[in-house]
Amino acid sequence: MSLYYVQKLLYLINREPHTRKRLDTDFDVLVSEYDLTTEEISALREVDVGMLYIMGVNGQILMHYAAHRGYEWNDYIATLRRALKEHGPVRAGLYATIWD
Amino acid sequence: MSLVFAGACSHGPGITGRADRADRALRDSLYESFDRLRRAIEESKPDALIIIGAEHFANFFMDNMPAICMGMANSYTGPIEDEQWLGIKHAQVPGNEALSEQLIRSIMRDIDLSYAQEWKFDHGIMVPLHFLTPEYDLPVIPVNINCQGPPLIPLDRCYEFGRALRRACDERPERIAIIGTGGISHWPATPDSGRINEPWDREFLDHFVNNRREKLISYTDEQTYINAGQGGFEIRTYIAIAGATEGSTGEIWFYAPIPIFSVGCTIATMNVE
Repeated sequence: MSLYYVQKLLYLINREPHTRKRLDTDFDVLVSEYDLTTEEISALREVDVGMLYIMGVNGQILMHYAAHRGYEWNDYIATLRRALKEHGPVRAGLYATIWD
Repeated sequence: MSLVFAGACSHGPGITGRADRADRALRDSLYESFDRLRRAIEESKPDALIIIGAEHFANFFMDNMPAICMGMANSYTGPIEDEQWLGIKHAQVPGNEALSEQLIRSIMRDIDLSYAQEWKFDHGIMVPLHFLTPEYDLPVIPVNINCQGPPLIPLDRCYEFGRALRRACDERPERIAIIGTGGISHWPATPDSGRINEPWDREFLDHFVNNRREKLISYTDEQTYINAGQGGFEIRTYIAIAGATEGSTGEIWFYAPIPIFSVGCTIATMNVE
């Protein structure tokens, strides 16, 4: 798992229109520029916000990414709750490692 | 002339982006308090507004995360978020590079500080500005305290930063207003979004408006995470304001948990003496 790089790519997608555009036009090359696992690339390709949360992506990054990808607020929250039920607790990052 | 105004407010993106889903009376009351805060700032006739925020990975990432960073540019842009999602149109916000530089140089005598000459505001700054300087006609100097990616700066250092900021402001001829903006307890952008620990919030706010330094800096991140969620880390912005107004007390103009806004919405001021 390379949570750092997943979050780095999402951070850039959130703040740079150019990188956001590459998600749709140049996905394979874009993700190849980061040290990502197959599972992480799949979650990004499928816009699987729930799985990205389970992987440990910080909600403050994920929320902006989800909005850019067209998630309505209630759907976003429901997706995270559903992912917790389906996949179990968050695996890494802030929500998994701090005083849990 | 120095510091002429100090206050604090919430900045949750739902405040503008999900406005139509909140209890109407509560929302309108919050908006009226924001407007009262805007008028109070205007009446203080500031030349610049320093806004101490807790941004959410819009500019700063774990490849080079500053504990505290101050903007040093003549203009900024925002929001980075989708306009419709946030309910705020993209805009250019004026800054004051020269004043920023003078303040940064002064603060650095007491506190190590980063600076940024490029800054894209997210909701953490754009929501307050939407209400407080709706015409974007007042130069803004952004400050970010890292409240998102631990390890985080200790709370006593936030208070010290506020003291240093106050001294720096008091050395300047310009009239300067400061606003701290953060959540108190909240679990933003997680499955627990909408959860708010009102008793915890009220106790913290009581310490804040009474400027009880020892109480304010006694919170641990572990306690805060458990009782107030990740969003509780943003109390650092309030503590910086308390440091800037050391010896003074303040007043809460509005507090109410509004779950669809994901936070106990707060408007407060601190006396500047």
